[in-house]
Amino acid sequence: MSTLSRGEVANLARLARIEMTDQELDDLSSEMDVILGAVARVQEVASADVKPTSHPLPLRNVTRPDVVVPGLSPDQALSGAPAKEGARFRVPKILGEEE
Amino acid sequence: MITRSASEMAAALVSGETTSEQLTQAHLDRISEVDADVHAFLFVDNEGALGQAREVDAARARGEKLGPLAGVPLALKDVMVMRNVPTTAGSKILEGWLPPYDSTVVSKLQAAGIVILGKTNCDEFAMGSSTENSAYGPTHNPWDLTRIPGGSGGGSSASLAAFEAPLAIGTDTGGSIRQPAAVTGTVGVKPTYGGVSRYGLIAFSSSLDQAGPCARTVLDAALLHEVIAGHDPRDATSIDAPVPRVVDAAKSGDVRGIKIGVVKELNGDGYQAGVRSRFEESLELLAKAGAEIVEVSCPNFEYALAAYYLIAPSECSSNLARFDAMRYGLRVGDEDGASSESVMNLTREVGFGREVKRRIILGTYALSSGYYDAYYGSAQKVRTLIMRDFTKAFGLADVLVSPTCPTTAFKIGEKANDPLAMYLNDIATIPVNMAGIGGMSLPCGLAPEDNLPVGFQIMAPAMQDQRMYSVGAALEAALLSQWGAPLLSRIPALGGLK
Repeated sequence: MSTLSRGEVANLARLARIEMTDQELDDLSSEMDVILGAVARVQEVASADVKPTSHPLPLRNVTRPDVVVPGLSPDQALSGAPAKEGARFRVPKILGEEE
Repeated sequence: MITRSASEMAAALVSGETTSEQLTQAHLDRISEVDADVHAFLFVDNEGALGQAREVDAARARGEKLGPLAGVPLALKDVMVMRNVPTTAGSKILEGWLPPYDSTVVSKLQAAGIVILGKTNCDEFAMGSSTENSAYGPTHNPWDLTRIPGGSGGGSSASLAAFEAPLAIGTDTGGSIRQPAAVTGTVGVKPTYGGVSRYGLIAFSSSLDQAGPCARTVLDAALLHEVIAGHDPRDATSIDAPVPRVVDAAKSGDVRGIKIGVVKELNGDGYQAGVRSRFEESLELLAKAGAEIVEVSCPNFEYALAAYYLIAPSECSSNLARFDAMRYGLRVGDEDGASSESVMNLTREVGFGREVKRRIILGTYALSSGYYDAYYGSAQKVRTLIMRDFTKAFGLADVLVSPTCPTTAFKIGEKANDPLAMYLNDIATIPVNMAGIGGMSLPCGLAPEDNLPVGFQIMAPAMQDQRMYSVGAALEAALLSQWGAPLLSRIPALGGLK
């Protein structure tokens, strides 16, 4: 059974794009140990011959007729934008200086 | 008037005893009287509700044909989007957001003339069992204001028990309709997965989430169920089949010859004595009404909770990636040439609460390379085993039953710092979500040791939702004749209500 170090939790937080305080990292790494210990029980019965289920419905390639239906206007789509410029979302820079 | 059932209110509207405007105003008055104590609502749409009520009254005056619940008010869980009405999912990251579109459930409610009073409190992104994880403070159980109203849909269940609304919409990923119903003495139904459209329902765990009706009687829940259910091309997981005839089933309440399977694993150790005794008495009443009671075993259910706390966090870690501070919602730290990544990191740090972060981290771990097979992959296999247990059990019984929750409502704050103890509340409700079948909770009395409501859970195979309503209506009728009045008539008075 694996336990999670503080450094591993910090890495997961980075992957999940959440800045965390030292206190949060400490709390989470001890909580994760307890929670992972409990959920690891699934391994007791998950033998190789059991097929995994990802979804309760046996659905495949659901499509709708290819017809035009009303969508949001640019103003509606931008109505909740934290920042906008003209008819576009304004976002912080996505590339570093050297790129 | 506000203590009546929704169907009685609808009858009063048809007979002209009252108008939708008067009925809506009475509920708005009740909300302003008691909601400072209960805190069921995050937003009350006074003008929108009264405007909608007047439209229904006008349509009725013109002689238009209206649906069976037209003009009756309803409380909407805040994870369901509604155009131009604040929708937060109980999170700071969506504070102040006005959705530009309606969920399918809202469109159907409006088409049916149901008056939407406002948005109800819930655990942040529906993650929790007590409503304590709401970023806007907890909701209080009207039976005892120091106790939790269940969760995540504690605002919806509390609004019913406090007579602030006769109907509500909930959503159920691991028990968030049924557990709040159980601890507030109300009725809550999780329909078959795919029975009600998820379009416009803010996603937590897409393979488990399902919206459903909350009410004070089984018939009211059935009437609301038929309004919101049905195929929706905008939800690829919506079932393209006729809606089960749940209103007919609730009206007949006939259980003669029905086989009821008691799930051995969802009872016994860990279940409060008063919960067990009320459950047993209900079984006797059902047997007297003509049902046959059998015992069934579902040995893999003991792994359901562990599998759920891998599958739901995994799916949530992916679903909540959309809150990236770019197109809507909160944005923090956008200054002095800050990068998108640092803005995302800061926004999600400030915008998400503790339980949401915990689940995102857990899900990110369970899905990460090297751990995927051991955690998420194993949980998916357990899901298969749970479905097999259900298939076998439904070969022996028409419906399965259990207590909805192991205990009655606990104190606010009691389990707030112990995530595992909190997760155990959902031990009896989670198997239903894993298999995508239907589940109902209805009140079956008060536990003698604490005088708090106990919930009776009924589970039915996929798309056989009507079976839950037949059995629920039979039990409700038997209990009513024993009690002489509905359970909620025994709730301590709040505000000026006698």
